[in-house]
Amino acid sequence: MLKSKTFVKKTRSGGILKVVREHYLRDDIWCGSEVCGECRDESPVLQRDACMESSLCPSPHYLIPDTNVILHQIDILEDPLIKNVIFLQTVLQEVRHRSAPVYKRIRDAIHNADKHFYTFTNEHHRETFIEREPGESANDRNDRAIRVAARWYGQHLSRAAGGGELQVVLLTDDQDNKEKAEKNGILVYKCEEYVKSLIANPELVDRLALTSDQNEINSGKVLFLEHLPLSKIQAGIKSGIYLQGTFHASRDNYLEATVFVHGEAAERKEVLIQGLQSLNRALHQDVVAVELLSRECWVSPSEVVLQDDGGKDEDTGEEEVEDKNKSAEASILKPTGRVVGIIKRNWRPYCGLLSQSNIKEATRHLFTPDDRRIPRIRIETRQASNLVGHKIMVVIDGWPKNSRYPNGHFVKNLGDVGGKDTETEVILLEHDVPHLPFSQAVLSFLPKMPWGITEEDVKNRMDLRHLCVCSVDPPGCTDIDDALHFRELENKNFEVGVHIADVSHFIRPGNALDQEAANRGTTVYLCGKRIDMVPELLSSNLCSLRSDVERFAFSCIWEMNYSAEIIKTHFTKSVIKSKASLTYAEAQLRIDDTSLNDDITQSLRGLNRLAKILKAKRVEKGALSLSSPEVRFHMDSETHDPVDLHTKELMETNSMVEEFMLLANISVARKIYEEFSECALLRKHPSPPPSNYDILIKAAKSKGLLIHTDTAKALADSLNLAEIEGFPYFNTLLRILATRCMMQAVYFCSGMDSDFHHYGLASPIYTHFTSPIRRYSDIIVHRLLAVAIGADSTYPDLMDKHKQATLCNNLNYRHKMAQYAQRASVAFNTQLFFKSKGILNEDGFILFVRKNAIIILIPKYGLEGTVFFESKDKPSPHIAFSDEGPTLTVEGHTFFMFDKVKVTVALDASNIQHQKIRMALIEPHITVTNYNPHNILTSGSDLGMRAKKKKKKKKKSHKY
Amino acid sequence: MAGIELLSDQGYRLDGRRATELRKVQARMGVFAQADGSAYLEQGNTKALAVVYGPHEVRGPRAKSLHDRAVINCQYSMATFSTAERKRRPHGDRKSSEMSLHLKQTFEAAVLTQLYPRSQIDIYVKILQSDGGNYTACVNAATLAVVDAGIPMRDYVCACTAGFVDDTPLADLCHAEESGGGTSLSLALLPRSGQIALVQMDARIHQDHLDTLMEAAMTACKGVSRVLDGVVRQHLQEVSVLTA
Repeated sequence: MLKSKTFVKKTRSGGILKVVREHYLRDDIWCGSEVCGECRDESPVLQRDACMESSLCPSPHYLIPDTNVILHQIDILEDPLIKNVIFLQTVLQEVRHRSAPVYKRIRDAIHNADKHFYTFTNEHHRETFIEREPGESANDRNDRAIRVAARWYGQHLSRAAGGGELQVVLLTDDQDNKEKAEKNGILVYKCEEYVKSLIANPELVDRLALTSDQNEINSGKVLFLEHLPLSKIQAGIKSGIYLQGTFHASRDNYLEATVFVHGEAAERKEVLIQGLQSLNRALHQDVVAVELLSRECWVSPSEVVLQDDGGKDEDTGEEEVEDKNKSAEASILKPTGRVVGIIKRNWRPYCGLLSQSNIKEATRHLFTPDDRRIPRIRIETRQASNLVGHKIMVVIDGWPKNSRYPNGHFVKNLGDVGGKDTETEVILLEHDVPHLPFSQAVLSFLPKMPWGITEEDVKNRMDLRHLCVCSVDPPGCTDIDDALHFRELENKNFEVGVHIADVSHFIRPGNALDQEAANRGTTVYLCGKRIDMVPELLSSNLCSLRSDVERFAFSCIWEMNYSAEIIKTHFTKSVIKSKASLTYAEAQLRIDDTSLNDDITQSLRGLNRLAKILKAKRVEKGALSLSSPEVRFHMDSETHDPVDLHTKELMETNSMVEEFMLLANISVARKIYEEFSECALLRKHPSPPPSNYDILIKAAKSKGLLIHTDTAKALADSLNLAEIEGFPYFNTLLRILATRCMMQAVYFCSGMDSDFHHYGLASPIYTHFTSPIRRYSDIIVHRLLAVAIGADSTYPDLMDKHKQATLCNNLNYRHKMAQYAQRASVAFNTQLFFKSKGILNEDGFILFVRKNAIIILIPKYGLEGTVFFESKDKPSPHIAFSDEGPTLTVEGHTFFMFDKVKVTVALDASNIQHQKIRMALIEPHITVTNYNPHNILTSGSDLGMRAKKKKKKKKKSHKY
Repeated sequence: MAGIELLSDQGYRLDGRRATELRKVQARMGVFAQADGSAYLEQGNTKALAVVYGPHEVRGPRAKSLHDRAVINCQYSMATFSTAERKRRPHGDRKSSEMSLHLKQTFEAAVLTQLYPRSQIDIYVKILQSDGGNYTACVNAATLAVVDAGIPMRDYVCACTAGFVDDTPLADLCHAEESGGGTSLSLALLPRSGQIALVQMDARIHQDHLDTLMEAAMTACKGVSRVLDGVVRQHLQEVSVLTA
């Protein structure tokens, strides 16, 4: 190998430094084609009959795209139709420099064996390497390198026996490059003309991204100011003229947005942006630079709800709506600014609906994303009539300054709007939940069936098959990851064991199965559907601790005395055989039924007694018990439509299981932190800033109660004391409010942080150990613990705190998205439910009072909705808002927080994309001058897109 | 995406080598007439010059001499122009004394010092151009110089670095690879017996990886030894032709 190198020096000056690097040229880089007899490639990637039927190039051919084609047309390249593409190293390097996401996508595509994509390392090939000529720009050199490589391929393949037919097609959108290539005798096409020539799949044309030159040709009128170049923005930010922040479009008003300025807490502020001009083509979640306007131009956020219904035809003059609310008092004026440049776009594929153009033959249509914060997108498609009424996915290509809307292209058809499958798909896509079926590579790491426990396995584990272990779970649970046992010891102490499914035994570090699970991060539970983190064989069978089968477990066994003090803790890998899988209700029945006295019942009673003591101790330390309305749907077994809905009940047994899981988690957290102080994966829950509690304190004050929020303990105590005679639900309402004040709990790596405290559980240290089937964090914790007790060996990534921290970020993100997805799914099912129910009258409570509306919670359904007292085109009733209470007086009636009201609930399907649950007040009855029962005082709460900012800290009954 | 891709998906490194391939090693022996032994060695862009004096009587205080073997005195230095930035490099700074010490240890293990009691062998090495693997280039050049001086050794001492990127061990790192983060292990080996004269590694690495890394470094050292052997044989031929 050594002899085949020619020596070439490559000089690269960056700054003042002169870097000299060696650059070896090789003659053992193969062309990768099946046809070629010259190259000794063992497994050629490119097929002999590269069949893509194109009218331009009828013979079989390979494609060579240039950099811009990859960057812009990645959607096309990813299509299964496109095969046998040669990627040059020069091109890939340029892609890597210019766009990390595209680079990742193209790499994934190259790794996919079905695509027959081949990477040709042309820069190190003896015959295709070229040196930069004097006066030649780096770009020109690269273009030339691409042409040289393409020509080499053409000649190389034509020499090969039987390869006479085979041609190489260079794809480029650069006119200059194309001409030069033609001069060199290379077959070259523009991407667009090539894709259009493909016979097999005309729809592919729709996915063509508009390239920049097409983006420009539009009506000459310039609507927006030019964005500043990055260099100017950076200079401006440094000198303080501009501010950098994240752009948050308003959900209700398309002409308004807020920019959250980055920086230290002291200078963190919000800048209001109003008007199309000032928004200047920024999109939700973009990182932008803003310029503050002078103080006299400051405005207050408008409370109007504005939807972009205009633009039946594009670019019609926009009437300026801002003037309407100039009347606002000076006190509520907010810093106002305008966007001067975009620092980083955060575009993603959007799901939504196509609004077909009025002109029948038109190919340009507007697309309305489901997310209201995203403007409409103009796309070009020939199959508009097929797409109407379907949810589709669209990607933005650019937003030229003379266009009212951004330009994009169609990616995927998701199915009929309103269909259950489609909507679930949309929920999953919008929340970035990986939900494709597991790939073959992943499945190949599953244990072979039939699977059984061997003698060998038992030898290395503690045999606990004789113990009376049982599991208690919600009904219908198939992924049982925890089981318990209890027995009295001879010295009158108790032995309590928590047995957790030993998932890490099946998922070995680093393999495809592990990587997939790490990426998914968590199992997502939607109504009637579960998106597993690990393949079903593991989640519902081999790992699930079902009754009467032998299973591997990771056990945490305590010796406790009569007053539930831990005397000894022991961790071990074990084999168990569960005696019973109970539901919470069944377990409760057994405990309560005095006639039963079998082993299982006895242990349940013992566990229950200890759990009560543990809980009391925890509460004593200041653990919070919070509340949030939870609903559960009863699904029709055939149609999977929700037929009934009720809030979840909590039983003693729920809390019993919870207590022991918490105890196990805390014990494990201590152990792994003691053993690995740098790389333990823990979970913390930061205490919220005092200002978060304002709303809670105010609300309680209105009922004459005092809430202390200095410590968690004080809060817990005052919540416990907050009772009102004859209003039992009041306490729950307060707890719901308190939940909204909390911060989000997060995973972190102990080496990267110093604050470990878990506020809600009042524990100095905490982690997740008890649900490895549905959370990846628990798998890592299992591995750490296994190393700590000498049952397993470490591996490099486990000990690397930076890799751990990256993993934690992903887990936190997936966790958050899973919760949002879950909520969106509940909301969608609620809509389905009310659709079938018609109009209902229900009791509710006022949860918040706003300036022009009240937010109502209906405990029966856990449903929240807003009743507005103003609407755009009706005379508004007389409204007075007082910040004190807060109270709202409408036409003589004053609304206080927690007031009981009666509302009608119905589904409003007038807007097919944003169906909403509509609530209208019926009691107390508010009379406005021209009362019209159907229009006034009603407005929707658009559940579909609601994303509450404050998150509850504790999840369902089954989350610790 | 910051940083550079040290190893491409196709298995090529920055400069076009595969993971196990060495840089081009070229060497000449007997470059200076005045010294007892000398050699010039290029390992890719790293260029080193080694000069050997001795064995001779111990200079300076007699107390330094050892009654049963020779004292080896090593001095390492870098030319001011050896890196991208011109920099005066005084003798005796921490880095170069450490390097001198390492060289000394390496050659004490290889040279048959007991043949020359109460005497001294001086080895001077200078890096003329630095592009990663300074220590290894010095060891390899010094080996040739010692051979040139006719001082008996157990075996060639061959040195090579190895690094670790994406679970793949890379042999003979260049400067970009060394500074690109990750671990770098320097190994000096007596290839025939497989004995290790010196091994040095500063960064942390998981123990699972250590064996593969050592393995890669050893293979690389053996590769270097073949090249050095060739150089010595060729030199011998030239010299014998001249003298004949």
